[in-house]
Amino acid sequence: MVWAILSIKVENKPGILFKVTHLFRSRNFNIDSISVGVTEDKKYSRMTITTIGDEKQITQIVKQLDKMIDTIEVRRLDVNNSVYRELVMFKIKVNKPEDSMEINKLASAYSAKIHDAKKESIIVEMTATPHQISAFEELAKKFGLKEMARTGITALEREEHEH
Amino acid sequence: MSDNNKMENMIGATALMKSLEKEGVKEVFGLPGGANLPMYDELGKSNIRHILVRHEQSAAHMADGFGRVSRKPGVCFATSGPGATNLLTGIATAQADSAPMVAVTGQVPVAMIGKDAFQESDIIGMANPALKYSYQPRTPEEIPTMVKQGFYIAETGRPGPVLLDIPKDVQQNEGKFTFPDEVRVPGYHPWADPDITNTARAVELLLSAQKPIILAGGGVIISSAFAELQSIAELLMIPVVTTFKGKGAFPENHPLSLGPIGMHGHAEANKLMTEADCVLAIGTRFSDRSVGTFAEFEKNLKIIHMDVDPAEIGKNQTTSVAVVGDVRASLRIFGKMLMDKAVRTSDDNPWLKHVKEVKQYWRENLKIHPGEMGAAKILRKLRELLPNESIVTTEVGQHQMWASLFFDAIHPGTFFSSTGLGTMGWGFPAAIGAKTARPDVPVVDIAGDGSFNMTENSLATAVLEDLPVIVFLINNYSLGMVAQWQRTFYDRRMVGVDLKKCPDYVKLAESYGAQGLRAQSMDELDSAIKTALKSDVATVIDIPIDPEEDVLPFVAPGTGLKDMILPS
Repeated sequence: MVWAILSIKVENKPGILFKVTHLFRSRNFNIDSISVGVTEDKKYSRMTITTIGDEKQITQIVKQLDKMIDTIEVRRLDVNNSVYRELVMFKIKVNKPEDSMEINKLASAYSAKIHDAKKESIIVEMTATPHQISAFEELAKKFGLKEMARTGITALEREEHEH
Repeated sequence: MSDNNKMENMIGATALMKSLEKEGVKEVFGLPGGANLPMYDELGKSNIRHILVRHEQSAAHMADGFGRVSRKPGVCFATSGPGATNLLTGIATAQADSAPMVAVTGQVPVAMIGKDAFQESDIIGMANPALKYSYQPRTPEEIPTMVKQGFYIAETGRPGPVLLDIPKDVQQNEGKFTFPDEVRVPGYHPWADPDITNTARAVELLLSAQKPIILAGGGVIISSAFAELQSIAELLMIPVVTTFKGKGAFPENHPLSLGPIGMHGHAEANKLMTEADCVLAIGTRFSDRSVGTFAEFEKNLKIIHMDVDPAEIGKNQTTSVAVVGDVRASLRIFGKMLMDKAVRTSDDNPWLKHVKEVKQYWRENLKIHPGEMGAAKILRKLRELLPNESIVTTEVGQHQMWASLFFDAIHPGTFFSSTGLGTMGWGFPAAIGAKTARPDVPVVDIAGDGSFNMTENSLATAVLEDLPVIVFLINNYSLGMVAQWQRTFYDRRMVGVDLKKCPDYVKLAESYGAQGLRAQSMDELDSAIKTALKSDVATVIDIPIDPEEDVLPFVAPGTGLKDMILPS
């Protein structure tokens, strides 16, 4: 099984997200994460979908997505040659006054931002790879994780090297 | 700007009719209701013929039958809510068999959408996975482009159904219209040019095979690649099997023809398919009903796959070489490469000799039902009396598989069936649609009683619209295929399969003003078929048979073609 990032350029019209996700459902594929937003050209949106499957399944997903009339371009990104990040918010419990300091330190180690620091909880925002997010999540659990919200991955492939 | 592109004032419904006329639509199959009244009002004023159905499912099947025969989208109309949901089975059937169709539904007014209005259904949401594409115009001005695009999408590449769901106020409101002569659909690339390198590799691979076979699928019929296929088969002297959907892609009276493979394929076709070492598979999606189990099928077999749909390559079977593109174009290039190589195959090679022996053995030794009115005998009688260019549709069940086994499709593209979705009730309305497209040839629905029950009210349409099709009703008074599975896999525990001789199909036909005939002997059948062929009114020939007759050979689900069960 492999983890794949699919970058899908679609027409920016209502109903297309439904069709894309419906395709995954009806073909028995799996969506690991999904993020959607407009591109530099407002006529188009970009969906970034991560999925897990064997090579044959992922090839099929790409072909089926490509066949969809609303998709303008479907690319499987090279994971090793792409910048991929996810935005996540953690609401972390503050049990005792020292926790606040500890959480601040932890956040700065991960280049995360502190929001809404209250007596009982702190919201931490970070943009990172899924791996880093998991690592931070483990550390935050020590304090108690009240809530977590993630955006799903978004990604762009790096330009080819210029020689 | 040409005259064509002059702005014109009209309401959305008028623009719809004008757009349909521009696409060359001469008839629509449908049923009116509250939300499509404006389009019906305009339909009445147009030159388009309306063929009234008694249930919207039949409208979709008629459009489907029309589309498969004419290879232009058939058009069906239904109102919102239940009218639209009744189309769904027909839309899904067309999608499963890649049939071109444009379905037009009325929808509640834009402001009412999402308010759970009377007869509101989210038909686009419901039908989405069964559609090639869909549109819901929010302003009347969008209609002409959507119709133009819709037809283009429905009939090009791998054909399929397109839905146009038009809110009532969009039909009623006035707008300023232009009618495009051409449309672009940015994300749609229906045809790739066949890759020359891959085609050359395919030629090499096929020529290097010791035991080559050709598997022709429905794509050959859709792209009209009959002549190209036949010339390659004859040049290389390679035997041809088909999928069930590909029945009629290659003349079944041809010496190289082995008939369909699959669950109820011909014994010789299944046997030789499993012996082959290389298959040229053309326009097929390797359905489980055709190949049995995927892993078993591709064991010791090199697969060359030609298909218009790139997503079919590698979906079910692993291919050695794939050629993506319109299969007719691909076969032309393939054939030309063979010509350039001046390939000639003699017909005394060991494989072909073996093929001939196996074919002859099964043609002579396949046991058929001993009764006078056994399925093989009645279907061979039909073939004998029916002109080769006649169009045949089937319902779904035992009669369908008997038709596959015992009724040879000889003229190209004259055999149509609901092969993918397996929709009972498809054959009769599809025959009516086919007759609309081809009034010049006899059209016969080879039916079973269980299936015919489902859409038999289309008799009203056949009679009142003067579309004299023939229903060849192989009547075993039961849901025969289910009964066969209960006999075979459930120790004869028969549940829910006995139709108890109800209704009387002769009286049923007569009550609709159709002709009803019953044939209980070969002589009666002979005269009934001749009477029906001369009739200018739709005819139902009720042919009672032994309810215990099984369809054999039979490849049980989940097993390979080599494991077929033969008549004992």
